Amino acid sequence: MGELKLMKGNEALAEAAIRYGADAYFGYPITPQSEVIEYLSEQNPYERTGMVVLQAESELAAINMVYGAGASGKRVMTSSSSPGVCLKQEGLAYIAGAEIPCVFADVVRGGPGLGTIQPSQADYFQNTKGGGNGDYRNLVLAPASVQEMCDFVALGFDLAFKYRMAACILSDGAIGQMMEKVVLPDQKPRMSDEEIKAKYPWAINGRKNGTQHRIITSLDLDSAKMEEHNIHLQKKYKEIEENEVRYEMINCDDAEYVFVAYGSSARIAQKSVQLGREAGLKVGLLRPITLWPYPTKAIDALIKKGVKGFLSVELSCGQMIEDVRLACNGRVKAEHFGRVGGIIHTPEEVLEAMKKQIIGE
Amino acid sequence: MTEEIIIAGFGGQGVLSMGKILAYSGIMEGKEVSWMPSYGPEMRGGTANVTVIVSDERVCSPIINAFDTAVILNQQSLDKFESKVKPGGYLLYDPNGITKKPTRKDINIYTIEGAQLASDMGNSKVFNMIILGAFLKLRPIIDDKNVEEGLRHSLPERAHKLIPLNMEAVKVGKDNVKQA
Repeated sequence: MGELKLMKGNEALAEAAIRYGADAYFGYPITPQSEVIEYLSEQNPYERTGMVVLQAESELAAINMVYGAGASGKRVMTSSSSPGVCLKQEGLAYIAGAEIPCVFADVVRGGPGLGTIQPSQADYFQNTKGGGNGDYRNLVLAPASVQEMCDFVALGFDLAFKYRMAACILSDGAIGQMMEKVVLPDQKPRMSDEEIKAKYPWAINGRKNGTQHRIITSLDLDSAKMEEHNIHLQKKYKEIEENEVRYEMINCDDAEYVFVAYGSSARIAQKSVQLGREAGLKVGLLRPITLWPYPTKAIDALIKKGVKGFLSVELSCGQMIEDVRLACNGRVKAEHFGRVGGIIHTPEEVLEAMKKQIIGE
Repeated sequence: MTEEIIIAGFGGQGVLSMGKILAYSGIMEGKEVSWMPSYGPEMRGGTANVTVIVSDERVCSPIINAFDTAVILNQQSLDKFESKVKPGGYLLYDPNGITKKPTRKDINIYTIEGAQLASDMGNSKVFNMIILGAFLKLRPIIDDKNVEEGLRHSLPERAHKLIPLNMEAVKVGKDNVKQA
């Protein structure tokens, strides 16, 4: 068993990157995730593992540093919060096009615009449906605890390198700033340049001894080649949709009505399930862990098992509800409930919404 | 067992660190814990509060609306949180600076002269540990040895020499809590 600590989600994310053997972090501070770069600066990872931590002059610079370092096969991470992630979208589209593995965390705050520094989940669309240009996807992992803030760094890097794409850790101000216990993994060594060369034949890390030159780009002026590239990307996304869906079901075995919630909302909805069960209601919780790929088939299976309605619970005006409704395809009722502007719904009001909007009391 | 606690006061009173020590002590006791801050943008002088949950089970929601115990360190926090204590729950406050006393009859109300006692001990910094002691007297959810262990984990090593003083403050708090 690893080391047990009481940590903030943001700190656990940062510590996990060091322990995974990440090569670099490039970022720019913004509330509510400034603890990531604060913690990394304090820990002096260059002394611990040789990991580079650099505060860039802007979010744009940070994401393009990620592009460069990632293209050379290094394990690179960045993080920001909503308005900062907007600035990174151009870079993320290029990263998708050029198939560069990386991990980025978005500790979401309220919006639109500068919004508020309080927790929010209103950037579901931005991260799961694109945000940059072009037909692309990012893997999106939604931690619901400080432990998952830690664990999803390793998972994110593993998936990012398996599929050569960006993996997003979509968190919020509650998970980022709350402290709870976390079991930290053991320190892994960083990969040597030789290991990277042997393992990643696509990486650009110096052409020597007559090896063929490698190209990392998102651009091809030949339409036929560009179409082929897009088809290749879509094939990869399809494979991910088949193989990488992750979710958790709580009290769903005999459930008639199911909350669908991720991240901090999932914790609140879990309490609503407990309160509902105590009141004799057959309610359960589906917690998507991957937001893309979405657990569409899990919703389908629940409907086939007899679930009569879903309530999507998000700290937003209704974004994930669209994916819930796509999965339901009109067969059963699916509605949205959520507080916004930095206000966090209580377990009681979430249960009340289920009764009013879905069960119909 | 689940104990849902709000600790509220001014920034700079040690509210957040008291919560952290309580949470760490909970871990040492083998409990599940969560620590969720909510503070104004100001570092000092603004209001600061933290929700700490100590439970035998996995904590569902770190953000809650009703509390088993409210630990109140200024008037604004008393105005805000008195109504949020569950019936039968506990309200512990430091009367220093309180002009409008709590009025509820369906909760257990106690006082601790934390500021005065800290001053008597000659170290205003142990204020929050006196308050923690008073809380633990009312809600004995964590053993003293685990509080000491919690302190060891939450304080940097250079401050470990202050652990005996802090444990003394916990005892002072336990000995001086009074029914209001």
